Amino acid sequence: MKKNNKEKQDIGKVLIQELTGGDPQNRKKRSFWKVIEIPALAILTGLIFGAIMIASTSLTVYAAFSEGFFKGLGQAFKEIGTAYWALFAGSIGDPSAWVAALKSGDPVAIRTAFNPFLESLVRATPYIFAGLACALGFRAGLFNIGVEGQLFMGALAATFVGYSLHGLPAYIHMPLAFLAGALGGAIWGSIPGILKVTTGGNEVINCIMMNYIAYRITTWLLTGPMTRPGTGGMPLSPLVEKSAEIPQFFQSPIRFHLGFFMALAVAFLVWWLLFKTTWGFDLRTVGINTRAAKYAGMSIAKTTILGMAASGALAGMAGANEILAINHTMAIGLSSGYGFDSIALALLGNSHPLGVVFAALLFGVLKNGATKMMVVSAIPIDIVTIIQALIIMFIAAPAIIRSIYRLRKPKDETVTTVKLSSWGGGK
Amino acid sequence: MAASSTTIQRIKIGGISTARRVSIGVIEILIGVFIYIAFARTVAADTLTKFVMTPGGMNVGKMADWIVPSQLTLYILIGLSVLIGIGQLVKGYGKATNGLMGIAFLCFIFAFLTWQASGKSLNLAGMLSSSVLLAVPITLGAFTGILCERAGVVNIAIEGMMLMAAMIGALMGSVTGSLWWGLLFGVMSAVLLAALHAVLSIKYKIDQIISGTVINIFSTGMTAFISQKFMQVYQQLNNPGTFPRLPIPGLSEIPLLGPILFNANMYVYLMFALLIIIQVALFATRWGLRMRSVGEHPKAADTLGIDVIKTRYMAVLLGGVVAGIAGTFFTLGSVGRFDEGMTAGKGFIGLAAMIFGNYSPIGALGAGFLFGFADSLGSKLSLLGSVIPSSLMSTAPYLITMIVLAGFVGKGHVPAADGKAYEKEG
Repeated sequence: MKKNNKEKQDIGKVLIQELTGGDPQNRKKRSFWKVIEIPALAILTGLIFGAIMIASTSLTVYAAFSEGFFKGLGQAFKEIGTAYWALFAGSIGDPSAWVAALKSGDPVAIRTAFNPFLESLVRATPYIFAGLACALGFRAGLFNIGVEGQLFMGALAATFVGYSLHGLPAYIHMPLAFLAGALGGAIWGSIPGILKVTTGGNEVINCIMMNYIAYRITTWLLTGPMTRPGTGGMPLSPLVEKSAEIPQFFQSPIRFHLGFFMALAVAFLVWWLLFKTTWGFDLRTVGINTRAAKYAGMSIAKTTILGMAASGALAGMAGANEILAINHTMAIGLSSGYGFDSIALALLGNSHPLGVVFAALLFGVLKNGATKMMVVSAIPIDIVTIIQALIIMFIAAPAIIRSIYRLRKPKDETVTTVKLSSWGGGK
Repeated sequence: MAASSTTIQRIKIGGISTARRVSIGVIEILIGVFIYIAFARTVAADTLTKFVMTPGGMNVGKMADWIVPSQLTLYILIGLSVLIGIGQLVKGYGKATNGLMGIAFLCFIFAFLTWQASGKSLNLAGMLSSSVLLAVPITLGAFTGILCERAGVVNIAIEGMMLMAAMIGALMGSVTGSLWWGLLFGVMSAVLLAALHAVLSIKYKIDQIISGTVINIFSTGMTAFISQKFMQVYQQLNNPGTFPRLPIPGLSEIPLLGPILFNANMYVYLMFALLIIIQVALFATRWGLRMRSVGEHPKAADTLGIDVIKTRYMAVLLGGVVAGIAGTFFTLGSVGRFDEGMTAGKGFIGLAAMIFGNYSPIGALGAGFLFGFADSLGSKLSLLGSVIPSSLMSTAPYLITMIVLAGFVGKGHVPAADGKAYEKEG
């Protein structure tokens, strides 16, 4: 029992060290703030730029400015405040509503008051899977920009297994459909990997091309072989069987479901694979220094293909999760740009599973809140995409953040810039 | 990669390895066999295929329709591709390999069209004419890539720059009421993004692919934001009109070629002008030599007194200008309206055209036409009621891009310092 406890502690310690890029023996302990300094400031700066966008595209702000400078400034802050408050209340919850619900003691009211937060977790779930996909790729030195396509293929596979098999018990059908999704994504993801190994074709362009192909295959399947009978050519698949659904914990409209915990489990699994197995060690070594890995006798080809397949499998899980837990049917508008978001997540989370989980929670909150913000203040949800682009930029180039906030450059900077290969795949 | 191809000794004829020579020859013969099995056998002996040789709505430069017996045409095409294949197997074509491969490929396409339109009629000229228009953004995107990558900066942000320029072009064209102002502002927006790419990848030395991705995501978000916030609400802000056709006197009356090439809008002429300018500037001027040396061996260039950083900035900014022109084509040269995500991967296909065209403007133009043709094929076939669903047919440009990248058509010379940030020593 005691030993077990100690082991647990060690795992926690290792986790922190790995998250901070530290090596247990040689590196000094770095404070918590130092770890999150750049990501936190990047998010903050992204939000500030978002605020500027909101104010500078608002016609009422310009109208107020014409009446006087301070009036305009006041209106600008008012609009930013309204928008960001809507974002907060829509994603975390309104504290006054919590208090009221808790005072009433009615369980339904309590659940409803906390639903915005639960809904953020629901939104975060596909982000965890997708972010892990991209992070795993980064660790192997691969830029998997094909998460979007792999997600579609995973969703298609999960949908197919979900509606075509009948009479299976839920404890078999649901995992089967979910794994089918992972397999679909893995197959789709491994193609760029195989192409890279055999022909040296760069995975970035191949992945992008395969995204477009996946999208068109989806269109074809949903209007042809996989269409739901009786919808008159609407691009929709049949509903998946009840037994294939990932169970939701509460009654509608609360959508919080088991998939969130599955995502956490998968995140742990990825962490274990990456940092506790030989395969993960090989993968990371190839990602850091291909030549060294080659000299150490590691198979670059195997690692590249398996890395892409594993990354694709995670992306496929994101698609399967969305189908089995939320939509229960496949439609063309399945993804709201998870592919691009996953890059931001991996960079934000320093390509570490734990970091990715936190980044995904943040994005879930942002996306969920932005939906509410769009309703309240008519600001297009794409503001989140702009903020995300800025966050990636600031994290990839910490020097910009440092010069904005006049921070000193740390002596032992472990830059986690992703090393990617040039065209042709040569190193 | 450059090192491995020189160190590994292979028997080469005109720079083509034996394995590739044989495999290409076999594929060319297989094309012939495929045409026989899939097309020629299924066509009845007496059916005719009618190709209309004047694009719809054209009054000058008319050409008589071309009516051919379907089966005979198919047999001629089979013979041609098999002959090319045998020649390739026996002695190889050296530098002309890609060109002849292209001819075999055209045989296949033409056979497919003949088969598809047997007993019906197909407007071949209209298809070629739309291929030229579809090739414009791809080719210009490839030119952007050439300008940047010849100087050693990988640019996958072409897509984002084009999208932004398309949106700004439509918006400013509508606001100012002038297409030229729209073009100018569109180009400026792309140049701004190019400047961002340059600063991120040259000054801050972040991975050039990440930097490009940032710009692509930013453009996707920004264009969708502005479009939803303003252009969809106030329709008059999204109505710039399009550049009119400019028939060139005399030339536009040539049958077939006239209506396709010389009675097009400004962008087609601009594409050819840029082709000549970039080709000459890169390969016949001191400026071009310096730029290429920066892309090949920046340290050597630096030693000789060439300002590597400045050259790279200039190359990326010039690339931004070309990408901006390409972007405004979508709105001002084509549909006269901005839709979200309307560039649909053309920037990335442009990159593939650049690689296919071996980093030369002429090659890029050829590749651009090929992709443009594949694109227009997809849309034409859905009108003909093809057995292949149009959504699957429209994957053709993407599939071709992947085949090209796989080095199936041979790998050209990638600038040696492509994608590497330059670190000045001392």
